[in-house]
Amino acid sequence: MLKSEDFAQALIDSGYDFFTGVPCSIIGNLITTLTDRSDITYIPAVREDAAVGVASGAYMAGKIPVVLMQNSGIGQCLNTLTSLNLIYKLPCLLIVTWRGFEGKDAPEHLVMGRTCNKLLDTVGIPHHSFNHDNIKSLINMSYRLVTENREPLVLFLKKGIIE
Amino acid sequence: MNYREAITTISELLDDQVVICANGLISRETFTIKDRTENFYMIGSMGMASSIGLGVALNKPSKKIIILEGDGNLLMNLGSLPMAGSLQPENLLHIVLDNEVYASTGNQPTISNTIELEEIAKSARYAYVKKVSTNEDLKREMTHTLEKEGPSFILVKISDTTEQVGIGRVTHSPEQIKERFMSAINK
Repeated sequence: MLKSEDFAQALIDSGYDFFTGVPCSIIGNLITTLTDRSDITYIPAVREDAAVGVASGAYMAGKIPVVLMQNSGIGQCLNTLTSLNLIYKLPCLLIVTWRGFEGKDAPEHLVMGRTCNKLLDTVGIPHHSFNHDNIKSLINMSYRLVTENREPLVLFLKKGIIE
Repeated sequence: MNYREAITTISELLDDQVVICANGLISRETFTIKDRTENFYMIGSMGMASSIGLGVALNKPSKKIIILEGDGNLLMNLGSLPMAGSLQPENLLHIVLDNEVYASTGNQPTISNTIELEEIAKSARYAYVKKVSTNEDLKREMTHTLEKEGPSFILVKISDTTEQVGIGRVTHSPEQIKERFMSAINK
């Protein structure tokens, strides 16, 4: 497993310079790492749509933002992604933990666990998934896609890939 | 005071400040009264003006960032108040036009006739909070808060909810709104 410190460093090295989001246990250490670093800003958001809104403002002020959330949060921020980010072409990288993957999780995660990728396909938000071997390459590719295409991009993160 | 008078007063006092205009009548009216490149007109994502404004304010500390929204917008994203209060951006001015109705959809009531939004802003640690109900008071508080360190919050009570005639629609595309806004605030 990659250490959260190295994951955070890879994000920063690729060019991302503004971070916000809502915690999930899978990214608990990552958020602690980002919060503790003095060279970047992590803004704790109260809801996922507020996080996407803050990230969009940060982008317009010159930052390249990352939003961290659990896949349950896609439901909270779907309207902001569709009626703000997609139509104004306001990009951000969304790192979304994939709870309920393959039905192995608590009941509240199962519906979104089954459908979160299809939901993004339906509204037209591109997505990829991290595995043990593609972390740094996917982060670097995401920066290029986010800044060139100027649209939100989701990278799914399942349990057991970062610690 | 009606919302057209309030937005006219606010627009006349602006120089190079950045304004995030909430979706619906507020964006349309602000655009119609005086279109500016420093205005970001929202057409969707109701409730997000306060979050977008916070994101801009945190990253543009040298500029005054104004959030211009209605009571319905704020009530949809009340969590944005403690977010701003906890971060204390000194360059943020949050103006809420409170007519106690969803004017953009035909004046259905909100709940701000019994809920004092300015008290929520106070408990969320906005540094300066005022409630005004006349054009004269709005002009005075707006002039004051443009100079003062914030985060500041002005609740503007709008008593006349008659629908205004001749409100245009924002004619720029969403991408145009964003591109010219970014050029204006990042130069």
